[in-house]
Amino acid sequence: MQIHSSKSSPVPPEFDSVNRMRVTKIVDIKQENCDVKTFTFVDKLCGKAGPGQFVMVWIPGVDEIPMSLSGITSEGRTSITVHDVGDASNALHQKKAGDQIGIRGPFGNGFVPVKGNAMIVGGGTGLAPLLPLTERLVKVADKVTVLSGAKCVDNLLFIDRVTKVLSGVDSETVITTDDGSYGIECVVTDQVEQKLEKEKFDMIYTCGPEQMMHGMFLLAEQYKVPLQASLERMMRCAIGLCGSCQIGKLRVCKDGPVLNSEQLRSVKKELGKFRLDLTGKRVKLQ
Amino acid sequence: MTERLATTVAGLKLANPTMLASGILGYTGLSLKTVIDAGAGAVVTKSMGLEPRTGYPNPTVVQTDCGLLNAMGLPNPGISHFKEEMKQLKSTGVPTILSIYGYSAEEFVKVAEAAAEMGADAVELNVSCPHIERAGAEIGCDSTLLTEIVKQVKKAINVPVIVKLTPNVTNIAEIAKAAEKAGADAITAINTIKAMSIESETARPLLANKFGGLSGPAIKPIAVRCIYDVYKAVDVPVIGCGGVANWRDAIELMLAGASAVQIGTAIAFKGPEVFSSVTAGIDAYLQRKGFKNVKELVGLAHNH
Repeated sequence: MQIHSSKSSPVPPEFDSVNRMRVTKIVDIKQENCDVKTFTFVDKLCGKAGPGQFVMVWIPGVDEIPMSLSGITSEGRTSITVHDVGDASNALHQKKAGDQIGIRGPFGNGFVPVKGNAMIVGGGTGLAPLLPLTERLVKVADKVTVLSGAKCVDNLLFIDRVTKVLSGVDSETVITTDDGSYGIECVVTDQVEQKLEKEKFDMIYTCGPEQMMHGMFLLAEQYKVPLQASLERMMRCAIGLCGSCQIGKLRVCKDGPVLNSEQLRSVKKELGKFRLDLTGKRVKLQ
Repeated sequence: MTERLATTVAGLKLANPTMLASGILGYTGLSLKTVIDAGAGAVVTKSMGLEPRTGYPNPTVVQTDCGLLNAMGLPNPGISHFKEEMKQLKSTGVPTILSIYGYSAEEFVKVAEAAAEMGADAVELNVSCPHIERAGAEIGCDSTLLTEIVKQVKKAINVPVIVKLTPNVTNIAEIAKAAEKAGADAITAINTIKAMSIESETARPLLANKFGGLSGPAIKPIAVRCIYDVYKAVDVPVIGCGGVANWRDAIELMLAGASAVQIGTAIAFKGPEVFSSVTAGIDAYLQRKGFKNVKELVGLAHNH
């Protein structure tokens, strides 16, 4: 129970409840590929999340990390898809169903689904927030084209889910791998360019490694198609205070994580090039 | 903005009496510029030290009843790195106050000299961080140590020296007097209050650092009391800080004795726009009450 839910409360109750740490149990774990797992938990507030929003996931005793939602249901059954890349994600990968995690959020703005001809471009686990978006888009868009890129066949993600979501609607799916072990052998942006040359799109949505998204930004500008790109940054507070996720004049946690073309233009000096490290120093993106 | 709102604190000319509190945003010049664009009368940077610090692991900021609890652990890139960021702020005409910390008087002096050299309009000595050993509130609780640091810094630089105090002391007025006697040009009251939050399901402290500093609406009455006591005890201006989320809060701190007010936590739920809304509210209050300038408000509650 919150003791300050009255109207005179100085902290808006909706802010307070979203930012509260809720400890919940992992109810399901799915191995997606060699180093990616999807964790499912139940959280009422996450049931109201929009595609592209993120949560802070507390792994007690280890860390708290930002994760996009890869599955959203109105009943609150929610999932995150985690690439085993660092100490925190590794600790999460050791968890079993029934283990506790903490959730704050959902935070940030999320994608804005628009009508017309939509292109969705995911790189690696960047596809995670694009899945709930695709689920929304098939209801409003005339056509949905999904381009998904991975390093190799072992890194591919969500092919079944994407196929299922797109079945029965006007759609197209293109899979690329850097080594040609599955689909077309190329980087995903090569295929994007071919599509843009042939077809007129009303909106491009993307998430993936930032260099790839920088490439997407240049293509979208060149072909004059509006873009929504979901950025990733080191985060601490997730509520726009600490400045850890600053890019240009924007806070990725609050003004993002999804930036539109205009916002991306305003940060193009840093996009794909720099981020702040743990000390707040501007460093080159790996 | 009107002349009614213009004020001067420790020689710094402010277009209005609001300032960004230290620790909020403040790693980069552009992040501070956002706050300046939003209408802050001055900005205070993240606390910078001699060497870079990564701070503590997450969770570093958690929600509690009526406020936020944080233990960031003073992450900062080191004072020398801020030089590039500072360049972007010089053209704004809005005072930039560099918050600095150190583990000894010598270190404080070195950081303060670097800050002054890169064009800081003032330095604010963070001697009040509640979650760092030997560099923060441990100094602000020890008037002898504090005196030594303020004296040395004052001797070393020519820009105003502001001392930010911790409320975690028996008598904040005594500490403020010691700072003033040592040469402080202004006192900021207060930093966050040492606090803790434990999560029941996991039976663990929520913050990775276990304890941290409480900020936000919960601490405003404590800030008001501290400002009131400090104002009575010293002649130098007091900068109020603690729980300001709207114009009425700002007025309350000024009536207690604050010449200017810092805003931090409220940015989380009101955005940087909080500066313009607080300023507009203060202006309307001044007009309604027939004050010619915001300075007339400072310490008025002491008349009763």
